Amino acid sequence: MNHDAYDDNYIRSILNNVKTIAMVGASPVNVRPSYFAFKYLAQRGYDMIPVNPGHVGKTLMGKAFVASLADIDRPIDMIDIFRNSSHIMPVVEEALKLSPLPKVIWMQLGARDDAAAEKAEAAGLKVVMNRCPKIEYGRLSSEISWMGVNSRTLSSKRAPIPTQGMRLSLNRTSFGGGQTAASDRAAKNKTETT
Amino acid sequence: MTDRLPGFSTLAVHAGAQPDPTTGARATPIYQTTSFVFNDADHAASLFGLQAFGNIYTRIGNPTNAVLEERVAALEGGTAALAVASGHAAQVVVLQQLLKPGDEIIAARKLYGGSINQFTHAFKAFGWNVAWADPDEIESFERAVTPHTKAIFIESIANPAGSITDIEAIAAVARKAGVPLIVDNTLASPYLIKPIDHGADIVVHSLTKFLGGHGNSLGGIIVDAGTFDWSKDNKYPMLSEPRPEYHGIRIQETFGNFAFAIACRVLGLRDLGPALSPFNAFMILTGIETLPLRMQKHCDNAKAVAEFLSTHPAVSAVNYAGLPGDRYNALQRKYAPKGAGAVFTFSLKGGYDAGVNLVSNLQLFSHLANVGDTRSLVIHPASTTHSQLDDAAKVKSGAAPEVVRLSIGIEDKEDLIADLDQALRA
Repeated sequence: MNHDAYDDNYIRSILNNVKTIAMVGASPVNVRPSYFAFKYLAQRGYDMIPVNPGHVGKTLMGKAFVASLADIDRPIDMIDIFRNSSHIMPVVEEALKLSPLPKVIWMQLGARDDAAAEKAEAAGLKVVMNRCPKIEYGRLSSEISWMGVNSRTLSSKRAPIPTQGMRLSLNRTSFGGGQTAASDRAAKNKTETT
Repeated sequence: MTDRLPGFSTLAVHAGAQPDPTTGARATPIYQTTSFVFNDADHAASLFGLQAFGNIYTRIGNPTNAVLEERVAALEGGTAALAVASGHAAQVVVLQQLLKPGDEIIAARKLYGGSINQFTHAFKAFGWNVAWADPDEIESFERAVTPHTKAIFIESIANPAGSITDIEAIAAVARKAGVPLIVDNTLASPYLIKPIDHGADIVVHSLTKFLGGHGNSLGGIIVDAGTFDWSKDNKYPMLSEPRPEYHGIRIQETFGNFAFAIACRVLGLRDLGPALSPFNAFMILTGIETLPLRMQKHCDNAKAVAEFLSTHPAVSAVNYAGLPGDRYNALQRKYAPKGAGAVFTFSLKGGYDAGVNLVSNLQLFSHLANVGDTRSLVIHPASTTHSQLDDAAKVKSGAAPEVVRLSIGIEDKEDLIADLDQALRA
């Protein structure tokens, strides 16, 4: 798997197939990026579970915080890790002890650990690094285009009208739509120097 | 379908514009509305708190404008864009995110006259100081860097004579100084030059010129390359510090590689107010669909006219980077191999009077103060835009009494040459 550039269909199939997402490092503070992403994904119908040992006893959008992945009472499809690159490996190791195994390890924007990714992939999991599922959902549904963001998709097909609350379809046929190579290069240089 | 990278002309027609989900309309609808209803109170709160993507009020965003934004971002290879009311508005909004009173910007001396005015007078009144540097002498940019420098500003193809700027050399100065490079790409358009590929962090345009292309609608745009780390060294607190108006959100942390475009929208456009009319956005979008065709024709016509003038007995000199002997020809072949643009100057042996006569004798060229129209345009700076300057100042700003500026349109080149020939002989 090339973790520098993901095919849109790879991301689309993950976001279309996962239902339960545990967010490690979720924050109950409503201006934190993890809160934004948690709320956005919950509103699009994902079964969200906030994981953060510092907030056990509190809830996030009505969902109770748990201290660790092992404390979750149901199978998890995806683990979205809102932690720095240096804290990824222990989360992946904990994830690989779960039964049944999760299907996807997702590391947030700015987070990348290639060794942890290799370990997860060796166990048959799909891995996404240095991306935000909120941004990717918004990009592939083209909702993010409302903010003038380059969604890098083109389509001559009418997008399906949302049928389930605010969930816009990801199933619009699309064509890769231009690159942001300079930004990708800058991000790569930054991760290599830090 | 597997991912593939579409070409420039495909992006010019399609980027940002999908069929309307409700009606199926294929052309981009003009959403001529000030405001947008919320689904419920929580949706409204999410939008105001920047937690959700969506429309609130046309001063902050509009679906027609958003198509224009995504299209120009795609053409420039940027992560996001923000459309505003004019090129001048784009410059104010960009610098408001970067400078506090007492900070400095280094700007190329060769700029559009309107930008020189804006930087010298309006920005000075905001406490934003300008240090001028010479794009023909890269060291002058290095010498101008101080601890207060917050950005470097250049034009890719520069006014008034269509000179070509060595973007990569100046980008290297900006990187070393730890400041973003802002490139005004108006005269080149992304068809000729993509500044982000050469190290620009921010690109601005007057959409009024070649992108809109038909001389009918004002507009400006800011493109975020997604390349600059705004949080390093804490030099750009608008992007790196908690924003009190959004309950403590940090813009870069929240929006990643399109944070600058978001800051321009939610801090700049929202509070300064220079919103683009959705009708203008529609007109400009329609223009962009034919940008590759028009721009090539503009360049081919300009080269033919420049060649004609360079051998004309009434003409003493032609400044066009597309001519083999021109001092900017090597830079043009590197940065703009498809053509040297369509705005250039030439000098008349007959001096000031010959300039005045030429302008009044032309029948097809329009005498006006704009560039980048389908129609060919002419101006004699010494008797118009620069008439308030003394002769020495006119020469220094490239508006000597014998200088005439042309913006070549997309008519038949034979007709343009015939019109110039008869006017030069009259």
